Amino acid sequence: MKKIGILVEVRDGEIKTANYGVITAARGDDHELYAFVLDGSAERYKDQLQKYGIRKIIDIRQMQGVVPRNPELWSQAVTDTMRHFGINTLFGLTSAQGRDLLPRVAASLEAPLVMDCINVNVADRTVGKSQFSGKVLATIRLSGRFSVYGIRPNAVEPEPAPCEAEVIPYRVPLSTRKMLIKKIRKPESAGIDLTEAEVIISGGRGMARAENFRILHECAEVTGAAVGASRAAVDSGYVPHDMQVGQTGKTVSPKLYIACGISGSIQHFAGMKTSGVIVAINTDPDAPIFEKCDFGIVGDLYEIVPLLTKQLKQALGN
Amino acid sequence: MKIYVCVKHVPDSAANIIIKERNKFDESVKYVINPYDEIAVEEAVRVRERDGDSEVIAVTLGKQEAINTLRIALAMGANRGILIETNERPDSMVTARALKVAIEQDGKPDIIFTGKESIDSEGMQTMYRLANALGMPAVNNVVAFSVTGGQVTVECEIEAGARQVVEMGLPCLVGAGKGLNNPRYIKIPDVMKARRKQVNQVDLDNLDFKKPSSSMEILELQPALEKRQCHILKGQPEEAVQKLVKLIREEGKVF
Repeated sequence: MKKIGILVEVRDGEIKTANYGVITAARGDDHELYAFVLDGSAERYKDQLQKYGIRKIIDIRQMQGVVPRNPELWSQAVTDTMRHFGINTLFGLTSAQGRDLLPRVAASLEAPLVMDCINVNVADRTVGKSQFSGKVLATIRLSGRFSVYGIRPNAVEPEPAPCEAEVIPYRVPLSTRKMLIKKIRKPESAGIDLTEAEVIISGGRGMARAENFRILHECAEVTGAAVGASRAAVDSGYVPHDMQVGQTGKTVSPKLYIACGISGSIQHFAGMKTSGVIVAINTDPDAPIFEKCDFGIVGDLYEIVPLLTKQLKQALGN
Repeated sequence: MKIYVCVKHVPDSAANIIIKERNKFDESVKYVINPYDEIAVEEAVRVRERDGDSEVIAVTLGKQEAINTLRIALAMGANRGILIETNERPDSMVTARALKVAIEQDGKPDIIFTGKESIDSEGMQTMYRLANALGMPAVNNVVAFSVTGGQVTVECEIEAGARQVVEMGLPCLVGAGKGLNNPRYIKIPDVMKARRKQVNQVDLDNLDFKKPSSSMEILELQPALEKRQCHILKGQPEEAVQKLVKLIREEGKVF
């Protein structure tokens, strides 16, 4: 029986849906899955986790309570849990959180790690991941005592596998930290992280003004989407850099990517090319994006996007 | 302070990657300094410019031509360079050990700057391994940095646009994110001056460290194929959008 740990990410007291794809990727005939929960609410997530084949949920805490939200302390807690339960394989999400946590765990265990995997063969210990800004697909083999896999959000379709789970409490010893989290600044409009979003609507130079992004936000509200931007929109000062999708911004992998007023440069495309469906809305019929999308409308986004919002609102019965 | 900056010589993001021998690629393309490492060099040089009494040493592991990336760092203001020379492309575990040994052989680091990740292998892990090997705290994706009296304060981007303010003592490692600064343009006089700056070169095989017991091996590289065929939806706006919504739901299986 191969023991596999899954680092479960939660947000606002709910398991992020992208985790179910990770769990699906980790399942196998002789795999024993252990979900690691660090926020002290393991019982709460039992129903959801057992729907996807998790039989053991480890409620990881310190003696005096929940492990403080510090990457060093969390990484030590995960490492300690793995050693205690004899778990040599760890799966997690290549999300903003995972990007900081998984490499720390791998470094501490001196374990091989591949981030942003789009497929994993646990038996062979090989993975597929993109390199060179999405131009190349690399097959990488891990060897050694441990393995750590960071899965690209939405790369694996979640498949239910109902079973019964039990919660196992585990107290990690107190550890020291060298970095101190002083405070967290949240943005005015707290939305879903672009790298985990299932639907993204992005604006480019065609947005013309910062205020016009309101049109995209309205559509995003109806659809539960995240709002992104091209480099041109960021450089023009319409939106902050953390909304940028592309080579020097974020790499995203939504099921649906709607590009509004975006010409479709190679650099932008590199950041969203693995999207399930790409839709382009642009007034320029010669824009490069029309060669790289699935569906396109040559038209004015100021007309098209509000229509899309209206129709989706009706279709979704909002 | 002794400030080290780890930089990587990488293929330009626009370069055409042609695969050969199953798991290698044609390296006769244009190479540049990894963009995030350029931001790291800029920050290191700014710290020295504010501090006056510090030294910035750029370190790279790569083939002989990587010296060009070191020279860019030197032209931007680094004092010296170290090239760990190899024609191989070692994995992150080997790279981190090599960087650790080369740095410690050179001096006692107070701050190590790196870029948040490389744009070629996109392993997203070397800086964490290096920090762990050196027993230093590390923060990645840093967008604001200051150091006063042995205390470092940084701001890093976490999820969904949120930022975290973190304090660490020295020594520490900082992974530069986009937005930390705008790297300076290099002028011809800077390039000329850089040619006179010292670059130490050491062979990777001559560095004294134990080979890791684990590894990551690239078995195969394949070109990522573009297989989309765009359907332009015609008709009046209302009509075109209707078609779009239907297709999104049926083909995209979204909503």
